[in-house]
Amino acid sequence: MAISSGDTAFIIICTAMVMLMTPAVGLFYGGMVRRKNIISMVGLAFVAFAVVSIQWVVFGYSLAFGPDIGGFIGGLDHFMLAGVGLDGDGIPDILFMVFQLVFAALTLAIITSGVAERVKLSSFIVFGLLWTTLVYDPLAHWAWGGGWASQLGALDFAGGTVVHISSGFGALALCLVLGVRKGFGKYGMEPYNVPITLLGAALLWFGWFGFNAGSELAADGIAANAFVVTNTAAAAGALAWMIASWIRGKPATLGIVSGAIAGLVAITPAAGFVDVKASIVIGALAGLVCYSALLWRQKKGIDESLDAWAVHGVGGLFGALATGIFATAVIGGVDGLIYGNVNQFLIQLLDAVAAMVYAFVVTYILAKVVDKVMGLRVDEKEEYVGLDISQHGETVEA
Amino acid sequence: MKKIEAIIRPEKLEDVKAALDEGGHFAMTVTNVHGRGAQRGISLQFRGRKVNVDLIPKVKVEMVVEDDEVAEITQIIRRVAVTGEAGDGKIFIIPIEMSIPVRDKA
Repeated sequence: MAISSGDTAFIIICTAMVMLMTPAVGLFYGGMVRRKNIISMVGLAFVAFAVVSIQWVVFGYSLAFGPDIGGFIGGLDHFMLAGVGLDGDGIPDILFMVFQLVFAALTLAIITSGVAERVKLSSFIVFGLLWTTLVYDPLAHWAWGGGWASQLGALDFAGGTVVHISSGFGALALCLVLGVRKGFGKYGMEPYNVPITLLGAALLWFGWFGFNAGSELAADGIAANAFVVTNTAAAAGALAWMIASWIRGKPATLGIVSGAIAGLVAITPAAGFVDVKASIVIGALAGLVCYSALLWRQKKGIDESLDAWAVHGVGGLFGALATGIFATAVIGGVDGLIYGNVNQFLIQLLDAVAAMVYAFVVTYILAKVVDKVMGLRVDEKEEYVGLDISQHGETVEA
Repeated sequence: MKKIEAIIRPEKLEDVKAALDEGGHFAMTVTNVHGRGAQRGISLQFRGRKVNVDLIPKVKVEMVVEDDEVAEITQIIRRVAVTGEAGDGKIFIIPIEMSIPVRDKA
């Protein structure tokens, strides 16, 4: 097959943009934790990126995109990138591999929300390696590597199930295993540096264009459509969350950018299948749905306080279903529920629920195992001093 | 007049403020500080290696009050800011010669 230089150039740039999303998640979370944990939070994102970068080239890519085994996982034929060369269909195989790598790394960074301010670094590295292997790789295979969901015809353009449902529900499982931060609910744990969070959100919004438009794997009309609906949904989500929180009090910037990310999450699976009209609805509803999920979480006293579950988990779930509702054949060749295709909606429902249950259950088991073997949580003194000093020997304190 | 200078845990500040509000004591100056007591900070154990965190973040609350308010205020702070662990802080009472509002006509 011929290589297209335009497509190749475009996907190299998109890959670099998506790479930036991983430290961006670190900054987004880092601004929301207390002063003594900001370095740790950004550091976890870098650690996630490094760990997955190595795991992916050694065997992760092969598990996700190797020859199908029972619809569940890929074979190890591409171990150490065997057979992943410089040529390919449109873009080089090795470029497709690294484009997928940055998605896998980002997903592990999102899950750090569930361990904020209390995880032992060494345990997180072990957990992360297991998680990306046993949760991310199978899910990526299901959706994109020829697994059961793709055989069924489930639509996931850029990773609603693979990236967002998996990390969101994974974060929820993790934080239930870890327990709440000491003092949670007893005294305030206000975000230490909101501007850092806003910076992270800006970089995420920017990177997301590479994430969604790049998922077309070509520089064409669908990529352009994905770019536009991505931006539109982000804007609609930001405004919806802002208005909803304004009614309850002051519209915090934290809510405005959370709404943008909710919109970005929800449009992710749909970006290559829906039109701009639908993206306004999807984004706005995502803002409201994720905001409600956050309020519910707070009421229940669950300490998943950086809200990967409320924004990525619930947003991803909503996005997967919205894809089955709003998809139009005019854009991506498949119609959804509003165009009379009930079947597609049911496939999306099955796919999303399967991803949700699998991610939650397997994450819970992995977290329990790592906790039993080496302890997932720092001791009380270390938590009090903060992870910056106790895990990294660094501090932003005067 | 006395100055009450209370060094407390940062996470207790909100509770202390609320309790002082209830007692009708509002005026205060709050500063973020770092310090250590007799324990010389907190020592963390790493596989037998000791790592000492020398200066721990605290909050200093300063209030200038009439002599007869001192007992009540110190009681409130001690009741609310205590955890029973080392590092709960200290309260100092300092005599004040005069207190002059800036706004008064000179």
